Amino acid sequence: MAFKSVKFLLVAALGFSSLLYSGKTIAQENHKEATPSEANHGEEKKEGFDAQEVIFGHVLNAHEFHFLDLPSGPVTIPLPVILYSPERGFTSFMSSKFEHGQAVYEGYKLVDGDVKAVDVSGNIDEAVTIYDLSLTRNVVQMILALIVLVWIMLTIAKKYKGGQGVTSAPKGMQNMIEPVFTFIRDEVAKPNLGHKYEKYFPYLLTVFFFILINNILGLVPGTANVTGNIAFTVVLGVISFIVITVSGNKHYWGHIVNPPVPFGIKFIMVPVEILGIFTKPIALIVRLFANMLAGHIIIICLISLIFIFGNISTGIGWGFSPISIGFATFIYLIEVLVAFIQAFIFTNLTAVFIGQAIEETHHADDHHHEVAGGEKVTTAHYDDAIIL
Amino acid sequence: MKLLTPEFGLLIWTLVAFLLVFWILAKFAFPAIVKGLKEREESISDALATADRVKAEMAQLKNENEALMAKAREERAIMIKDAKEASDKMISEAKDKAKSEYDRIVAEAQQAITQQKNAALTDVKNQVGNLVIEVAEKVLRKELANKAEQENYIMQLADAVKLN
Repeated sequence: MAFKSVKFLLVAALGFSSLLYSGKTIAQENHKEATPSEANHGEEKKEGFDAQEVIFGHVLNAHEFHFLDLPSGPVTIPLPVILYSPERGFTSFMSSKFEHGQAVYEGYKLVDGDVKAVDVSGNIDEAVTIYDLSLTRNVVQMILALIVLVWIMLTIAKKYKGGQGVTSAPKGMQNMIEPVFTFIRDEVAKPNLGHKYEKYFPYLLTVFFFILINNILGLVPGTANVTGNIAFTVVLGVISFIVITVSGNKHYWGHIVNPPVPFGIKFIMVPVEILGIFTKPIALIVRLFANMLAGHIIIICLISLIFIFGNISTGIGWGFSPISIGFATFIYLIEVLVAFIQAFIFTNLTAVFIGQAIEETHHADDHHHEVAGGEKVTTAHYDDAIIL
Repeated sequence: MKLLTPEFGLLIWTLVAFLLVFWILAKFAFPAIVKGLKEREESISDALATADRVKAEMAQLKNENEALMAKAREERAIMIKDAKEASDKMISEAKDKAKSEYDRIVAEAQQAITQQKNAALTDVKNQVGNLVIEVAEKVLRKELANKAEQENYIMQLADAVKLN
């Protein structure tokens, strides 16, 4: 069992490091090329390819689905804007009213993708606080993804209730979900949580499928980058933090406030342990965010390279396009892998952290003996003290 | 930087969406799936266990059957042997009995024959005696019809008698 999880972590680490590596090299290339392009951009603004705008326009949230720019204007799907401000109350309208940042509507204006309040003369009014609850493209896409997820799950659940897959062989979508289900159960939940896994199993499954479906849908060209948005991962990380903290037993907390180390080291270890409570979910948040964001940025960068070269000379642009497409395809395939790996890592690490929080004393003993080595007697003594 | 500052609206929507999805899935989808999978796994392991048990039972039955067959074969052989012995015995007994009966009958017949022969001989002897006596009487009667002869004969007899 332990061997297996090590193997999975290795695979994940390998995938991750190869991604990092390729990301780094490409980023370096990109950086090399981007600098002249920035310079070019400064000089030849009318040539009109701003890589930074394209890249951030792609990976950031927006109030509309933006597909392409035609000479007649951008092709977009407008989305509802919902605003609340204590001074002005609730306001709701379609984002098309902003005319892509050109127009002021009901005292609001779109500045660099953010809704700002403006006064009568059209200047930004910083005094007005705005809570932007708009159904942005991330929200809309997330809701669509979740409708698909819920539909799949309820359909399958109905099949199982009807006996399909219980007394007979599973069919269709059951075969798609079942291996994942049993994988999460046998490789994530059971090894980390032991016999208490059933309590956390629905949560782990929800986290896994929630991340996975958004990862996958985010890979469809033209869609939003939902899982590579810090707000999304913060919510999942905070929920993980709450679950881990609430599950923590006496042993877990005893470990934090009174770590089994010699007295002098306690003054160092206690702050570290307390910090550790927060670094775990923060690591989860940043890992998922950075991985998914990086993937999207790399792909859009590679595609942007064609146009950056195209700005220098049309010939170079055409000449570079096969290389760019080749790399982008490669990264795209890796991203498909990463979509699964990141969902798995988030779920697995959450399970590991919950496992640590609900661990019984004797496991911890072994752990300390391994770590402390020479301090065996001392640690045993301290663990006894904790039990008492 | 905008990339690293979470948007308030997105936070709220993600939180609502996650909790809602978690509630729906944990209430309506996962229990049924988990239960279904568990039941199937149990029924499969049960079926496997049953199959193993049945197999063992079958093997045992087969062994028992073979033992029974062997025993039956042995018994049949013994029975055939016994029957053969019995019939041989019966045949030899019957033969012996028949022989002794035959001997007895022959002996009785011989005895009867001997008796009848003796009786017949006795009878013949008696009749011959009678005939001899009759003939002798008739001869004597004829020879001693006149008186001279009677006296002659008496004389002869008297001569024969030596008076010592």
